[in-house]
This record gives sequence, structure tokens and C-alpha cells, in this order.
Amino acid sequence: MKTANYISASCIISNQVVYKNGLPVFEDNKPDASEFLTAAYRHFDLQYPKFFKMDNLSKLGLLANEILLQGSFDKEMYKPEDVGIVLSNANSSLDTDIRYYETTKTMPSPAQFVYTLPNIVIGEISIRHGFKGENAFFIFDDFDAVFIEQYVSNLINNNILQCCICGWVDVLDGTYNATLFLIEKDKSGNSVNFTKENLNKIYQLQNG
Amino acid sequence: MSDLKSQIIAQLNLQDTKPEDIGDDQPLFVDGLGLDSIDALELIVLLQQQYKIKLSNAEDGPKVFKTVRTMAEYITAHQAQNA
Repeated sequence: MKTANYISASCIISNQVVYKNGLPVFEDNKPDASEFLTAAYRHFDLQYPKFFKMDNLSKLGLLANEILLQGSFDKEMYKPEDVGIVLSNANSSLDTDIRYYETTKTMPSPAQFVYTLPNIVIGEISIRHGFKGENAFFIFDDFDAVFIEQYVSNLINNNILQCCICGWVDVLDGTYNATLFLIEKDKSGNSVNFTKENLNKIYQLQNG
Repeated sequence: MSDLKSQIIAQLNLQDTKPEDIGDDQPLFVDGLGLDSIDALELIVLLQQQYKIKLSNAEDGPKVFKTVRTMAEYITAHQAQNA
């Protein structure tokens, strides 16, 4: 059984900066999370109007995923069932839960209610790209590279997945952080070994 | 109808759409403006919030929300009833 897998690409969105493979690719000083994410959406010319209807968690995850895959992912190499998504965060969908709760005091918003689960961001990414592989969303206190490495390796090494988008997507009270990794079986140009050390190294590069 | 279009855009967060982009008789769902079932619920909320109209019969939904014109006619009819 083949056990070595590779981090083909990474994307971090945090503190008003977007990084792709460790390099800043977009900066904007808008302090509001939603405004910053919209500015990034327009900068990367995503052309996906549904973006505007999403909550901040889904906007963040979708945006990070688009930038992660742009120029780094060959969709033709995989069947829809081959590509999975494993995400995690500390605050679940609390940011939206609070906003939705506020609307219940007057008129509950159906559009906000549908985002009161953290795994909706996985659904949004899957719909956008047609991914149908295994997926899961975990809640941890902090980014857990050990767990991510073990869980995703297990899925890939047992041929449940051939490729996995994984990492951390968290939003609360205007603070946001997405750190996504593209994990594949084959080594490519700039890929590094899929290890907990490399996950932590990339995560800490921009997140301290 | 221009006001109604602006209200629809605001309620549904259609940020890249202008009132003039929506035709009076353009279908709101599927091949037209591409709205979905959650948007339909938001349109019901819009009627309640802006016009104090409760859509009592869910089966009326497809007829009422077919186009901006059908929505406007429904609102006008209800306002006339309650005048």
C-alpha cells in the first residue's frame, strides 16, 4: 500500500491578506470580513453570483478553495467521487447562528437559517465543482495537524479518495481564517510531503 | 415595479443585479433570474415585511412569484382589498 501523499497547494486567507503557496496574492485593508471577502471575490473574478447569498463561513471557504485550486488542480484527472473535503474549525457556524437568532426576534430569515450548520460550506464547494467524494467537518479548539494528517491519509491510502481538500475554515465576529491544503497521491512541481510537520509549518507561516 | 425590483435585489442579496436587469415578465425561477426554493421563502418574507401580506395558500406561490409583474399585481390586488 502506497503511503506517501503530497501537499500540492495551499491557500491562506487571514488578516486582510490572501496567500497562495506561501506568497501574498491579494491584500485589502477593509476591516469588515464580508467586505474583504467580496473585494477578494471581485479581484479573482470568480463569476459565481451565488457567492453573495452565502454566509461569511461559506464565502470564506469557497473563496479559499477557488484560489487553492486555481492553476494547481486538474479536474480531468479525477472522477467526482475521487475528490473529498475534510474541514475543521473552532466556532462551528456560531457567527451565522447569532445573526439568524437576531432575525428571529422580528422575521426569521430562511436564507440565514440554511447556513446554521458548519458543513454547509462543504456543500457549497461541492456544488460549485461537482465533487461527490467523502466529506466531513470537525470542531476542534485549534488547528489539529495530527488529526488532519491521519484522517485524510486513511481516506487516500484506502482508496476511498484519490485527492482531498482539507484544512481549517473559521469565522466569528469579523475574525476569519481559512487555511486549505490540496492533498494528492502524486508528487508535482512544488509539492511537499503530506506530514503533520509540513501542515503546521504552512499553517503557522501566516497564522503565527 | 422598479421599487419592487429593488426590494427583491436587496432581500435576495443579488449584488451584481440592477433593477433594469430584471424584465417585468422575465421568469424569476429556473431559466429566468435563476432563483431557488430558499429565495421563494425570502420573497414570502418580503411580502410580509414590506406589504404586510401573508401568503395564506402555499399553492398560490408559483402563480404569484412567476414574474415581477405577477408579484406586483398580487400586491396591488391585496392593497385594494384592504383599502
